[in-house]
Amino acid sequence: MQGFLTLFRKELVRFWKVSFQTVAAPVLTALMYQLIFSHVLSRHAEAYPGVGYTAFLIPGLAMMSMAQNAFANSSSSLIQSKITGNIVFLLLPPLTALEFFAAYMLASIVRGLAVGAGVLVVTAWFGLPLPSHPGWALLFGLLGCGVLGTLGVIAGIWAEKFDQLAAFQNFLIMPLTFLSGVFYSINSLPPFWYAVSHVNPVFFMIDGFRYGFFGQADVSPWLSLGVVGGSFILLSGLALWLIKSGYKLRH
Amino acid sequence: MPSAIEIQAVSKRYGALQALDDVSFRVEAGEFFALLGPNGAGKTTLISAMAGLSRPDSGSIRIMGHDVVRDFRAARMSLGVVPQELVFDPFLSVRETLRFQSGYFGLTRNDDWIDELLFKLGLADKANVNLRALSGGMKRRVMVAQALVHRPPVMVLDEPTAGVDVELRQSLWAFVKELNEAGHTIVLTTHYLEEAETLCNRIAMLKRGKLVALESKDKLLQHGKEREVAFKLAAPLPDSLLPSKVREEDGRIVLKLTDLSQLEGVLATLREADVRVRELNVVEVDLESVFVNMMHGGQG
Repeated sequence: MQGFLTLFRKELVRFWKVSFQTVAAPVLTALMYQLIFSHVLSRHAEAYPGVGYTAFLIPGLAMMSMAQNAFANSSSSLIQSKITGNIVFLLLPPLTALEFFAAYMLASIVRGLAVGAGVLVVTAWFGLPLPSHPGWALLFGLLGCGVLGTLGVIAGIWAEKFDQLAAFQNFLIMPLTFLSGVFYSINSLPPFWYAVSHVNPVFFMIDGFRYGFFGQADVSPWLSLGVVGGSFILLSGLALWLIKSGYKLRH
Repeated sequence: MPSAIEIQAVSKRYGALQALDDVSFRVEAGEFFALLGPNGAGKTTLISAMAGLSRPDSGSIRIMGHDVVRDFRAARMSLGVVPQELVFDPFLSVRETLRFQSGYFGLTRNDDWIDELLFKLGLADKANVNLRALSGGMKRRVMVAQALVHRPPVMVLDEPTAGVDVELRQSLWAFVKELNEAGHTIVLTTHYLEEAETLCNRIAMLKRGKLVALESKDKLLQHGKEREVAFKLAAPLPDSLLPSKVREEDGRIVLKLTDLSQLEGVLATLREADVRVRELNVVEVDLESVFVNMMHGGQG
């Protein structure tokens, strides 16, 4: 347990020491998206009855930033440790696979939530209402960061070079987070893209998170919970198995 | 009492390379043990297997009686490893590094021991300096401290003095000797054979993944019982001694004797031929010549 707490704390220290880059920068990026899209699209039809486009956009942007940063946290920490070689100091001590995984995954959640809170604070004046179901919002925030933090652990273990990790990020994580209904309600999509969105777990994170704020969403929050929770369990199982087997960590 | 390290029929293959081939030996508690071999002999692979950094294809390893796979927690608590590569976490200071490393081993209040380590390794005034700002030698000292945060009974140093200045080498060995005298089992690999010769009691030699020698240092040195004796003579060497001559250097004639007892006969021959001996030196065998001899397939 002490081993887990120590690694968790070290992972927090790691991103907090460079919080300008790991928290402030993504918050600023999200604010710019908000400014530009709300300017261009504010006369767009209401996304939901009674919910203007500018308000609709906020939770999606927050969730997208949370997801991207949760992924970045675990994956970049692991790849840096692997490439510099200092991961050996984590492989020599008696840490279990669960301690190792939980520390990286939970630190990713903390970074994701810090970024998400920052995005909500700086964009709230565009008309974000207080969450109508704060419990749902928090649950999807936690689970969403958990899924992406876990994907980050998997990608960080799998990648051997920075460009492999960059490929994972650019060709998988970015499309998943961008094509997830951040900027639109998927009900406005043509049938093909509507169907594609439904196989993207990030869509369900954003939709569930949005439900927490507006009390309405494209699909039922229970369906979203099932998909996001299921993804989390599946990916966590995979990550634990990889760590336990020593895949690319112990040769 | 269990052996400090027990290696049993360990084999490991990386693709076409047989890195370890059925290696077995024990290191007893309290020993100062050297693992020698040329590059690629399998030393680091063997150390990685002890530390759980790599997994043998077959065979088993126990540290203080704990299997490194099945009982990995107890095995890793018993083992401190100083890796060969100079690695560090650029986000942390020396003290932070040692505190975090203690925590990974489950230790919370370890500052007294950390202070002692910092003092003994000459790092006390660098405690709050970021690792990035330290010289290579200083980083190496931090790695030694990291390997010792949990006071492991067994310590393994993988070429700790490669590329390190003389002063650090000496202070490092003094410190490691002190640890050994306090009861720690020490295993080291080194390219500096004289280090193994002065420090270690017992030596294992690896060659292409196989154990080619495992003996006390003194016994190993006896393998080279052929002696070379250098003479400075007042007259030419008598013909009867020519077959023993191996070379001439700095005006000295070097003879090879299969045994030091032959020296008496040589001196008698010289006296009979009325050749005065001006100077006589027995060239000591060192580990290096034994080592070179073995690695060229001479013995074992």
